Amino acid sequence: MSDTQATVFDRIKGEIAANPVMLFMKGNALFPQCGFSARVVQILQHLDVPFGTANVLESAELREGIKAFTNWPTIPQLYVNGEFVGGCDIVSEMFASGELETLLGEAGVLKTGHA
Amino acid sequence: MNAARGEDDRAARIEAVLRARLDPVGHLRISDDSARHAGHAGAREGGQTHYTVEVVSPVFEGLGRVARSRLVHEALAAEFAGGLHALALALRTPREVQPG
Repeated sequence: MSDTQATVFDRIKGEIAANPVMLFMKGNALFPQCGFSARVVQILQHLDVPFGTANVLESAELREGIKAFTNWPTIPQLYVNGEFVGGCDIVSEMFASGELETLLGEAGVLKTGHA
Repeated sequence: MNAARGEDDRAARIEAVLRARLDPVGHLRISDDSARHAGHAGAREGGQTHYTVEVVSPVFEGLGRVARSRLVHEALAAEFAGGLHALALALRTPREVQPG
């Protein structure tokens, strides 16, 4: 592993440790710059969970680093409590089936009273 | 399928790789969504960047969503290295698509 990659991996580990729900995406929650990223933001906002974001468009190292870190070739990438959940398809499927809400509930990040 | 010869190459390669790797494949549909993403980050002149792939195969039995996708991603590593930018996946087992 190169020094640069080690540094990026440390940054990623720091982000997913600091944010129970962490989204690596293109753009930010206010201005997603990709339809797939926008979809995941929309779902998380709909479920009313707080989440952190990192914009991979701001850093080529981060963009390649997160792909290598997760062993996943595309963006967005969602982590919950340090575990990789998936990209847009998986998050969308899990939202539709109710599994995402269950997962977030178990992770303790859903606001009380939100069913 | 009206595209000039050559433009469907990536879709054809994806199909060939997945049929071999996920054998037996019950259902396989590949759509090229590149035109809908023209002008976006990752889109390139000539397209062949954004695809949706649906596969039904017993190979996915017992695998979670992430593991199923990784199987497909690994099979298509050469395509990702060669400009494939986005791949929407719907991966099911025959049991999951059975009505009832």
